[in-house]
Amino acid sequence: MKKPTTFKAKLKIVEEFCKGCDYCIEFCPVDALKRSERPNLRGVCPPKLKDEGTCIACGLCERICPDLAICLER
Amino acid sequence: MVEKLTFTHPLSKYLRVDRLPHIWCEGCGNGIVLNCFIRALDELGANLDELVVVSGIGCIGRIAGYVNVDSFHTTHGRAIAIATGIKLANPRLKVVVISGDGDLFAIGGNHFIHAARRNVNLTVICVNNFNYGMTGGQLGPTTPLDSITTTSPYGNVESPFNLAHLAASSGAVYVARWTAFHIHELTKSIKASLKRRGFTFIEVISPCPELYGRYNKMGRGVDMMNWLKRVSEVRHGCDPAKAEVSSSKIVVGEFVSVDKPTYDQLIYQLMERVKGGSSVEGGG
Ligand SMILES: Cc1ncc(C[n+]2csc(CCOP(=O)(O)OP(=O)(O)O)c2C)c(N)n1
Ligand code: SF4
Ligand code: SF4
Ligand code: SF4
Ligand SMILES: [Mg+2]
Repeated sequence: MKKPTTFKAKLKIVEEFCKGCDYCIEFCPVDALKRSERPNLRGVCPPKLKDEGTCIACGLCERICPDLAICLER
Repeated sequence: MVEKLTFTHPLSKYLRVDRLPHIWCEGCGNGIVLNCFIRALDELGANLDELVVVSGIGCIGRIAGYVNVDSFHTTHGRAIAIATGIKLANPRLKVVVISGDGDLFAIGGNHFIHAARRNVNLTVICVNNFNYGMTGGQLGPTTPLDSITTTSPYGNVESPFNLAHLAASSGAVYVARWTAFHIHELTKSIKASLKRRGFTFIEVISPCPELYGRYNKMGRGVDMMNWLKRVSEVRHGCDPAKAEVSSSKIVVGEFVSVDKPTYDQLIYQLMERVKGGSSVEGGG
């Protein structure tokens, strides 16, 4: 099956709001996220996409994030 | 001085953004409940001018200060009493109580059972984290047997309430239980309960990694969420008396859905009858 390449949503990470619980990284169904290297003001490294094409814009991370730090811009 | 953080989110209109980031700990399920709640409002296209959120005291009680609707952060245990007053004074309002297991079932337990018995037209969401989070992790009426808390350092010997069973047997017209892991199902249940009339109850089993999780060596929030995922079993329509909550099994689902006349309907009908025809508005 051909992998879809374009989605109508872009992942946005509000880095300073992330408390580093890792829920988004752990439960993303396609394992699209990892921790970034640069800590925010809390000293927590927020998530980032491993590479642009992998996110399927399913919306799980934006719903499970307790800090509303990750969302899809549709 | 640290600059004020700016927050831009597609659902900002449902939040008092100037109060964010919220005070809850890393991985606390309270934030997930807030997230699901505002998504439910968004998906329903809820009229924010006719919605009131009432909370009691506790970590989750802070939610009343984060939602951008008329809200009351009330005294400990009295959220349902105050919500009942709001609903009776203005039955057009949709009144939602979001509070903790300690707030609703220890100090507030009597208000809960009697509001359910009377079928007061409220949505009640209980965030059950198995302890009193705000005051330092004491045992409460939902703490599982053998759990370690600050006030049961050798293990809890008190049997916990089954909240879903208590709600159903007290008269709730809608009873559901989910965990903080069940984001889609929880959002759906919140929508269902907002659309209904009568006393509706949703229990959310929620991780408190900072206290309950730490004392019971359950790991980080992500370990607690994986535990919730692993042990949950969806059984819609299950008899709430048999819907267990234990470390090896948590039965979740929509357990009860019935229709009954609501307290405000009956009160306003009664007022109309006694006043002899002069119209009294009510029954929202
Ligand atoms: C009348 C009164 N008694 C006791 C307290 C102390 N107190 C504050 S929050 C709380 C319990 C909170 O537990 P819960 O409702 O489960 O909320 P959580 O913090 O776990 O979210 C208690 C006992 C109080 N504030 N007021
Ligand atoms: S939207 Fe879905 S696929 Fe994309 S990063 Fe979030 S959880 Fe993963
Ligand atoms: S779920 Fe939210 S707070 Fe947790 S790591 Fe992801 S972005 Fe950060
Ligand atoms: S103490 Fe527990 S319930 Fe309170 S904010 Fe922290 S994790 Fe959440
Ligand atoms: Mg609690």
